[in-house]
Amino acid sequence: MLRVCLALLTLIALPAKAEVVVAGLSQNRVSITATFVGSEILIFGAVKRDAPPPEGDPLRVVVVVEGPSGPITVRRKAKRYGIWVNTDAVVVDQAPSFYAVATSASLRESISQIDDLRHDITIPQAIRLVGEATETVNPRDFADAVVRIRTEAGLYNLQEGAVELVEDTLFNTRIALPANLTEGEYRTRIYLTRGGYVASQYETVINVQKVGLERWVFNLAHEQPLVYGLLSLFIAIAAGWGASTAFRMLLRS
Amino acid sequence: MQIYLPIAEVSVNAFLLLGLGGIVGILSGMFGVGGGFLMTPLLFFIGIPPAVAVATEANQIVASSFSGVLAHLKRKTVDLRMGTVLLVGGLIGAALGVQLFNTLKAMGQVDLLVKLSYVVFLGIIGGLMFFESLRAIMKTRGGAVTSTRRKHFWVHNLPFKMKFRTSGLYISVIPPVLVGVLVGILAAIMGVGGGFIMVPAMIYLLGMPTKVVVGTSLFQIIFVTAFTTLLHATTNFTVDMGLAVLLLIGGVIGAQIGARIGVKLKAEQLRILLAVMVLAVCGKLALDLLIMPSELYELGPGGEH
Repeated sequence: MLRVCLALLTLIALPAKAEVVVAGLSQNRVSITATFVGSEILIFGAVKRDAPPPEGDPLRVVVVVEGPSGPITVRRKAKRYGIWVNTDAVVVDQAPSFYAVATSASLRESISQIDDLRHDITIPQAIRLVGEATETVNPRDFADAVVRIRTEAGLYNLQEGAVELVEDTLFNTRIALPANLTEGEYRTRIYLTRGGYVASQYETVINVQKVGLERWVFNLAHEQPLVYGLLSLFIAIAAGWGASTAFRMLLRS
Repeated sequence: MQIYLPIAEVSVNAFLLLGLGGIVGILSGMFGVGGGFLMTPLLFFIGIPPAVAVATEANQIVASSFSGVLAHLKRKTVDLRMGTVLLVGGLIGAALGVQLFNTLKAMGQVDLLVKLSYVVFLGIIGGLMFFESLRAIMKTRGGAVTSTRRKHFWVHNLPFKMKFRTSGLYISVIPPVLVGVLVGILAAIMGVGGGFIMVPAMIYLLGMPTKVVVGTSLFQIIFVTAFTTLLHATTNFTVDMGLAVLLLIGGVIGAQIGARIGVKLKAEQLRILLAVMVLAVCGKLALDLLIMPSELYELGPGGEH
């Protein structure tokens, strides 16, 4: 009985969650069309409070956008018989096709190492690798290669200080989605942190989809490959014949 | 103007593709080669995944060769009988080639073998053609008359002989079928029409007159690449319709222009030009294999080793 009372007392004594993040996106859906050249998504929000902001550690915001994950085979070249050939291969079990992190201050000021691990925030946390090291192959090198190659391709990026925070209440940032996006659900997370620890979080999803003709072509190619192949040939031959006829007529006139 | 390709899943500049198609089309019309041996590496360079480049190139070659064949049929420079014999071999070869391509792809060695085959084939053929054409030019300058028949004696001793009137030949069908098989394999693996190997084989091995060689090789290429396209589309899903259409719009117009330029040039000049081009592509690919790449790692679809 006493214990229950004590528990109730502590519950009352604890302040209600002081700060809650509310957020929105400029768009929840990205359509990949024939002229898709990439897109920029505006992520904005505010901090809801029912008490004055706590003293002490300043407020920070971390935004994470993560594309669909999947396994990838990473191959390494080595010199054999004078030429460079693929020798070692490691399967990275899970790696996101896209990963963007934006913070309102420097990364370590915004999120502590512990909460980074707990909430899987930085890029290395997003890559899952089970493989064990052998004498010649260190799987870590292969995981690093994934990060390096995808960062160069603009698919992974970390932008420190890219989140604009106004009066510790309003924030916004822009996440650039490149043209070579993979279809799927892009998990979007927003964290409020104080002293590097997560105070509140919000999660939503951006849908990236091929639409219109692009979608039709893609589906036909995968669902009815023979029809698609024949159609490709027909279009090619028709265009070939058409263009040659048109060109001849052009020369004659 | 950037355009998104639905199967390759990349954005590329539409005018770049039209331009590439046009330039390669001109060469295709001039030399009777499909142009694939230039186009496929160029597609790699602009960031098209190799599997898509090879399969789509097969589709594009159908179209660019089609307008070329029409031009040659008009001028009656196609040996239909020889073309059909080559085609039988070609279809067998293409089926074998796609099988091999898929096996190598699973092993992660497809790029290497494609490149090595390019270097070996282009090197040998480019070199042979270059010196042969040089000698021919020297001889015509010296006023000597060359006999085209004397070195083909062993071809005449094989069984299953057939008359090829358009080419003025009476030879066994075995060499042309074998040439067809080889070309079919190359079409499937390297994303080429195979003209660069068929044209010299027809001239030097079968002894066909240069005049009908271009048209006949284009005739065979059309059907073999069409078959290859279907095989890649059904097993790999890597034929990109949008990419093919853009390449071929430039390509068919280029091929018409090329066919007209080709008529005006002498056979020896044509051959030495082609030889130089073949050697240049070979050299570039060899360098890529010999020089240490700036990025030692590469990413592929997961699940397989």
